[in-house]
Formats: sequence, structure tokens, C-alpha cells
Amino acid sequence: MRRLFLIAVPYIWLLALFLVPFIIVLKIALSDAWLAIPPYVPTLDLSAGWAGLKDFFAGLDFENFVFLTEDDLYWKAYLSSLKIAAISTFFTLLVGYPIAYGMAKAPDEWRPTLLMLVILPFWTSFLIRVYSWMGILSQEGYLNQILMSLGIISEPLIILNTNTAVYIGIVYTYLPFMILPIYSALEKLDASLLEAAEDLGCSRFSAFWLVTIPLSKQGIIAGCFLVFIPTIGEFVIPSLLGGSKTLMIGKVLWEEFFSNRDWPVASAVAVILLLILVIPIILFQRNEQKQREADG
Amino acid sequence: MPQDVFAPWLDPDAKPIIQFKNVTKRFGDFIAIDDLTIDIYEREFFALLGPSGCGKTTMMRMLAGFETPTEGNILLSGQDMAPVPPNKRAVNMMFQSYALFPHLSVWENIAFGLRRDGMPKDEMAARVDEMLRLTRLEKFARRKPHQISGGQRQRVALARSLAKAPKLLLLDEPLGALDKKLRQETQFELMDIQEKTGTTFVIVTHDQEEAMTVASRVAVMDHGKIVQVATPAEIYETPNSTYVADFIGDVNLIEGKAGEKEGDKLSISWAEGQPDIIGTPQTSFDKGQTIHFAIRPEKVSITHDKPTNPVAFRGKVLDIAYLGNLSTYHVELPNGQIIKAQTANNRRISRRGFTWEDKVWVSWTDTAGVLLEN
Ligand SMILES: Nc1ncnc2c1ncn2[C@@H]1O[C@H](COP(=O)(O)OP(=O)(O)O)[C@@H](O)[C@H]1O
Ligand SMILES: [Mg+2]
Repeated sequence: MRRLFLIAVPYIWLLALFLVPFIIVLKIALSDAWLAIPPYVPTLDLSAGWAGLKDFFAGLDFENFVFLTEDDLYWKAYLSSLKIAAISTFFTLLVGYPIAYGMAKAPDEWRPTLLMLVILPFWTSFLIRVYSWMGILSQEGYLNQILMSLGIISEPLIILNTNTAVYIGIVYTYLPFMILPIYSALEKLDASLLEAAEDLGCSRFSAFWLVTIPLSKQGIIAGCFLVFIPTIGEFVIPSLLGGSKTLMIGKVLWEEFFSNRDWPVASAVAVILLLILVIPIILFQRNEQKQREADG
Repeated sequence: MPQDVFAPWLDPDAKPIIQFKNVTKRFGDFIAIDDLTIDIYEREFFALLGPSGCGKTTMMRMLAGFETPTEGNILLSGQDMAPVPPNKRAVNMMFQSYALFPHLSVWENIAFGLRRDGMPKDEMAARVDEMLRLTRLEKFARRKPHQISGGQRQRVALARSLAKAPKLLLLDEPLGALDKKLRQETQFELMDIQEKTGTTFVIVTHDQEEAMTVASRVAVMDHGKIVQVATPAEIYETPNSTYVADFIGDVNLIEGKAGEKEGDKLSISWAEGQPDIIGTPQTSFDKGQTIHFAIRPEKVSITHDKPTNPVAFRGKVLDIAYLGNLSTYHVELPNGQIIKAQTANNRRISRRGFTWEDKVWVSWTDTAGVLLEN
């Protein structure tokens, strides 16, 4: 009985928080847009009994999914999201690895403070932090002011409302997700392994390549997925920092939903997005599993 | 001394492979190695023995190049090692924790150092296989370190550090994690390998039996200093201080005052109402000077009847420690002093001569013990 309960809890959790909302979204994706509240048909009318249910199912179709394949915008937006996510993941890794490495090498008494500093930004609103980047990156922003007063540039750089600003925003926002798993892998790394590598003829640098990198691989993979997966569907950063040319599926979804009030198409976009995300999520789970096995 | 005995330290022309010259190592204010000078010779199996924290690992790490001496010089084959980084030294170390690379197979772990030297593929494979054979690991070549037992891991670490055929192999408590039986087997294996390869071994241990078993010479350390360096037999038979006598094996220590010298014998008065102890001093003592008399339990005889030995005391059996092959009797003298006497059990228990509360004699010859100043 107790066992059954223990097994049931996560499944009920999954059912309530994932499966039920997903089925609702899927249902809307199979409906048609309509000027009404809610803005789609059919709606399920249980008071009509069996006939109502039959009418409801008869009203569902795959029209919206077909529509997504007909208009270039959608597949281009998916592709562009994947590209932006991949590029920003790469830069996040480039910035995050040295930070994690530095933290892992720092004296023991410093580490809690450094960890705190990494986590600290989460305690202020994400939205405010992205807005403050607008203040930094805009043409009259702090960055341009500093660069111009130092005489490095004469004309202000145009960063805000470009893809560059989106990359900066994503790297900034998701950096902790990259740092923490890499840090935890590096922290576990036994310093005597590096000494052994040197003892056997490695230079400092080759010891890093041959020992440190392979032994932090699981952390790197975990960090990359933790950045890549949420970035694909990212909406706030591209819409605040990106320009009209920045094409991301999250933005498209938002516009379908709120500007066009086309809930069924927006839901179809969301369903496809989820299907795209399932692949990296499964790969991520596999990596975690492997890590646990290696640790155990 | 016969010619075939291995004792390069007695040969004034022998060139040491390692020389520590007034080496001091400080960590902040803490002195880990204190003005240490020592020569170690080629093909030696040199053991560093001492309690935890006395600076053994620090010495090894300085030899391997992971620490630099605060003062003094370390020479390897006559060359000052200070500017030479660890990866350029003809020294390999077997780490206390083994430090096997968890992401590489046993085979790759052993090949690691050879690859760094750019050894040709077939030559490398042959060398790795040779090492696997030497350490009897052929069957485990493809396994990862976490898939083999502690003893096998330790052999991988040994094979890896031997693979590059270093001039000098450093072993930091290599057998610490093994149980007693495996430990003893491995000690003989180590000696075998050392003989076969002709490598100079420096081994760190805090187990005195291990040091005695494997070493050509033993250095007993205390607080960053070497207290005595000698062959295992010399260390055991003629320790130079009570510290060494007490550290190596079991010993009876009796404090007394130097009395009259008669020929090469010296009498030591040590307790009211007890006859003097007669000993044979190696150094001179002034009359009235404090002397510590040290005698090993197996050199003390225990008898029912008054013995003919020149030093004999009457006492009663307080305790018997039965060790199977040996028994140690704790005999209490009338003044409260306890003398440990050890005898071989070459008879069955039922035929054994002594039991608790027996009145017995403990005795020894006048050359059986050593007289120490401190
Ligand atoms: N990196 C270090 N920093 C400060 N103290 C150290 C360091 N390494 C060793 N010590 C100190 O030096 C002493 C000797 O250490 P060690 O050589 O490891 O002893 P052993 O191997 O004989 O047990 C110990 O008291 C230890 O605390
Ligand atoms: Mg140690």
C-alpha cells in the first residue's frame, strides 16, 4: 500500500502538472479560431450528453498543424530558435567554464561566498534584470557612454534590438545554469589526478585537456542542456532586447496568442515546440542517468 | 664485510642518486621538514618510517616536484632539482590515493605516461602488456578503475608508475588500503619487482613491520627530522634513542643512573632494593648520568628457577598475552616495574610452564640490552 502510494505520487504529479495541461493545449490546437469567449470552437458541452461529446470530437481537426507547414514563418522561427539557442549555449559555456573552474580552484573558505554570488541574481526579478540590460546596451546606455568617454569609439554602437543583445541577455540570464553543474563536477575532481598526470609527463595544459575536461564532461553536458532547452522557447529576452529581425518561436507564439488572438494556431505552435524539446530532454535525462551510475 | 652484501652507503666512492642537503620546508610558520640531510643510493629500497604528520609525504612531494624546499637543495644524480618541473623529472610516484584516471581503462592508465613520451604504438603496447604481466593484471586490462578491487587498483597504480622505467620510484603508503594478508603478499611482490627492474624505491609507511620487511635501509622520522637511518637489523638491535626503540617493535624501557664502570660493563642503579642492571655501553656515560636501558621482550628469559644470567629479578606473572606462535608475559617486580618477556610457544598450551600469579625469575645477559642517553 505504502509502495503503491510512493509510486503513485510522482505519476499524479506528472498527470496534474504536465499531462492535463498538455491535453488542454492539444485540444485547443485541434480546434478552430472563432470570435467568442473562449476564442475557439468547438467547446465541450457536457450538458448535451453523448451527442455533445460526439459533436465536440467531430469539430476537432489537424488544420492548424497543416497551416504551420504552409507558412514559411513557422519553420523558419523554429530553426532560428534552435540556432540562437545553440549559439548562446556555446557562448554561455565559453563564459561559464572559466568561472566554474575558478570557483572550484578557489580556497575552501571562499567557495560558499562565490556560490552565493552566482545564485544571488535569482533573488531579483528576472524582468527587471532584462530591463536593466536595455539601459546598458541602448545607444545612450552605460556601455556606449563608457566606451565613448574612454575614446575607444566615436559613434555609439548599435547593440540593443539586434541578435547580439539577445545573445548577451541569454548568456547573462542562463549563466548560473551552466556554472553550477560544471562547478559541481570540477569540485569533485581529485587534485591528485592532475598531479599524477604531471608526474607522468603532462604539462599543466595537457593535464587540463586530458584529465580536467574529460572528468567534467558530464557537468558540461548537463549545463549545455539546462541552457539550451529553455532558451529555445525563450520569449522575454528576444522581445525586450531583440529587434524586429530576431525570429524566435516564443515570440511568434506570443504574437499568435495575444496579438492575433488565434489560440488554436498558438497552441499548435506550442505542441510542436514541445515535441522538438522532447529530444534534448530525453538526452539530458540519459546524461544524468549515466552520471548517477558513474558516481554510484 | 663480504663483498656481495648490498651496502653502498658504506662505500665512500658510491654516488648517491638522491641527496637532500639541509632541506627545510615550511608551510607558513609550520616546519614540516627541518634541516634534513640524507643520501639515498641507486638500487636501494629506502623506507621512510614515522608517525602521521611527521613530514613523510612532504619529502616525497619534494622529490616528485610538487613542493619546493624553502631552504636547501635536493639533488638527483648530482643535479639540482629546484628548476625542474614534475613532468621533466625521471621520477614517478605512486600516490597514496592511487590517483587512477577514472575515465580511462586499466590499459590506458598504464599507457598514459608512455603516450606523453610519444612512444611508438607497438613499442608502447608491448611495454603496457609487460607491465600488466608483471603485476598480474592481464585479465583486467579493459576494465575501468571502479570495476576492479582495491588490491587490483593498487597494482594498476604500481604498474602505471613503473611503466616509464623511472630512475626513482616513490611509493607513498602504497599498501595502506590492503588487508594484512594481501599486504604481506604485496610486500614480497614489491621486493621482487624492485629486484627485477633495478629501480631505486623510496617507500613511505607508518607500519614498522612493512618497513623492516622490504627496506634495505630505514629512516625513522619525527617532527620533520630523521632520527636514525640504518638497516632494519641495526635499527632493531641498536636503536640510537628511546624514540626509535619504542617506535620499532616492543621494548622494555628502564630509567636509571650510571654507576661504576668495570671493563666494558657498566652498572645501572634504577630502583631501591633491586640489584643493578649490568649493560654494555656503546658510548661513554658519566657517573650519575641518567641512562635509559632498552631491552626487547624476546631477549628476556623467564624461568622458575634462579637463572645463571648476570641480570636477574624476581617477580610474579601479572598477565599473559597469547599470540599463537609467541606468548608475552608481563612480570611485575616488587617495586612495581613491569618487565615484558616473550617466549616462543614450541609446546602445546597444556604443557606451558607459567600461569598467572606464578613466582618467576626474569633475566638477561649483560649484552642483551642497549644503553641510551635520551
Ligand atoms: N600544503 C600544506 N599546507 C600546510 N601544511 C601542510 C601542507 N602539507 C602538509 N602540511 C603539514 O605538514 C605536516 C607533514 O605532513 P605530511 O608530510 O603529509 O605528513 P605524513 O605524510 O608524514 O603523515 C603535517 O602536519 C601537515 O599538516
Ligand atoms: Mg602521508
